[in-house]
Amino acid sequence: MAALRRYLLTLRRFWGTALAGQLEYQLNVVLELLAAIANLAGSVFILSLFFGQERALGGWSWQQALVVQGVYTLLDGVASTWLRPNLGAIVTHVREGTLDFVLLKPIDSQFWLSLRTLSPAGLSEIALGLGLIAWAAPRAGATFRASGLALALLVLLAALVTLYSLWFLLATTSIWFVKTWNATEVLRAALTAGRFPISAYPPGLRLLFTVVLPVAFLTTVPAEMLLGRGSAPLLGAALLVAGVSFGLSRAFWRFALGHYTSASS
Amino acid sequence: MAIGSPLRKRGFRPARALLSSQFALMSEYRAEIALWALSGLLPFIMLALWRQAPAGAALGLGSLGLDRYFLSAYLVRQFSVVWVVFAFEEDALLGRLSPYLLQPLHPLWRYVAAHLAEQLTRLPFAAVIAAVFFLINPGAFWLPSVGQFVLAALATLGAFAIAFLLQSLIAALCFFSEKASALERLLFVPYLFFSGLLAPLAAFPQGVRAWAQWTPFPWLIDFPARLLAGLPVALGVGFAAELAWIAVLLPLALLLWRAGVRRYTAMGA
Repeated sequence: MAALRRYLLTLRRFWGTALAGQLEYQLNVVLELLAAIANLAGSVFILSLFFGQERALGGWSWQQALVVQGVYTLLDGVASTWLRPNLGAIVTHVREGTLDFVLLKPIDSQFWLSLRTLSPAGLSEIALGLGLIAWAAPRAGATFRASGLALALLVLLAALVTLYSLWFLLATTSIWFVKTWNATEVLRAALTAGRFPISAYPPGLRLLFTVVLPVAFLTTVPAEMLLGRGSAPLLGAALLVAGVSFGLSRAFWRFALGHYTSASS
Repeated sequence: MAIGSPLRKRGFRPARALLSSQFALMSEYRAEIALWALSGLLPFIMLALWRQAPAGAALGLGSLGLDRYFLSAYLVRQFSVVWVVFAFEEDALLGRLSPYLLQPLHPLWRYVAAHLAEQLTRLPFAAVIAAVFFLINPGAFWLPSVGQFVLAALATLGAFAIAFLLQSLIAALCFFSEKASALERLLFVPYLFFSGLLAPLAAFPQGVRAWAQWTPFPWLIDFPARLLAGLPVALGVGFAAELAWIAVLLPLALLLWRAGVRRYTAMGA
């Protein structure tokens, strides 16, 4: 319990200083907000091209597909706020040797590297995503009851853990290949597939996006849950994927540290 | 300092030196450039969607046309990617720009050479991806005629020039503000949605398409990609639009650059 309190206190210090530092750039916040709004408008426009008179996309109606888009926007915002600033810095730590200092601290190194900072860049996207979900879900026939909402939140949390783990797994490879930090850009590009319901893809890709790169569990499954179409197996699968990914990311980080030889070598 | 005058005076020697040194530099980053080429796979994801959706059939391109359009869109994008604002911002902030300004060559040429060299490094990766595409999808194989290929290459070069000038405008703003590259995000959004990278312009509603054609964006992907894919395209209009945008943007970029250099104090912005 004392350890948990220590970690929570550390987290508050981390994020307090990060936000204080970032708020110096107020113009950037405005620009990010504008970019997020324009980006969402463009995405919805592209999505609308798939819907004409009574068409559907992979069995999803317009409003249902908007819920998927909302979940995607939310996750993308979380990635900009939390994952990119933290995990993008790992490669710098490896290259400049400052990872040594992190490893010496009396705190879990994965915790430190994953939660050290926050950037307000994605906050507007998070808000827009939540807004879009709140607008589209009731129109798509979702009826929110407390239990259903709790389950949907649980699956969203699982999606976040899965996303984090995928990202951290890739970032960890920079221990060996300093130059491949762009690999996270490839991941981001592949994850944009999550803008659309997974059933809209041909069977081969659907399999790929479910088993190999679990895009389906990032956006489609949480959207199903929000729309009240979830089932126990779906919930179980989402939790399992999140648990396995997180376990893998942790095991891989330990393994990578075993091969870490500091910056000079 | 007029752009182009050093080249005229001393022939092509500086150009060759610049290109070959930048190529050597870029070759060191092969792994990174391969990953960049991979991260441009978005058109293929969109192709999978368009092929599956009823809306794709309503486009009137046929499934072959769709395949070829999106592969061409991928290739055109690979050879018109521009990142001058990021390179320039770093150079300006770190003070590397100062020695460049002393050289008797407009610094923008250095970035042009870096981009061309990077495209050359990209060539093998783009070829591999096209080959994999044809292996998975042999029915879509086609070879454009020489004329088609030359026209498409010219249109892609025009697209590159427009994108480069647009970003140079933003880069020149780095002289006035430290964080001008944030503006690039605002430029990228309409590029992404109106260039034809995610959906051919033919899919747009009539009103939006008519309006989009007055922006530079459809000429950056849709026009060269249609040329390369052998789809019907208004040749004259396309090239005229590209030239018109270059004619508008080139003097603007140079003027803003000159005004910026005057403010430059060699210490960041």
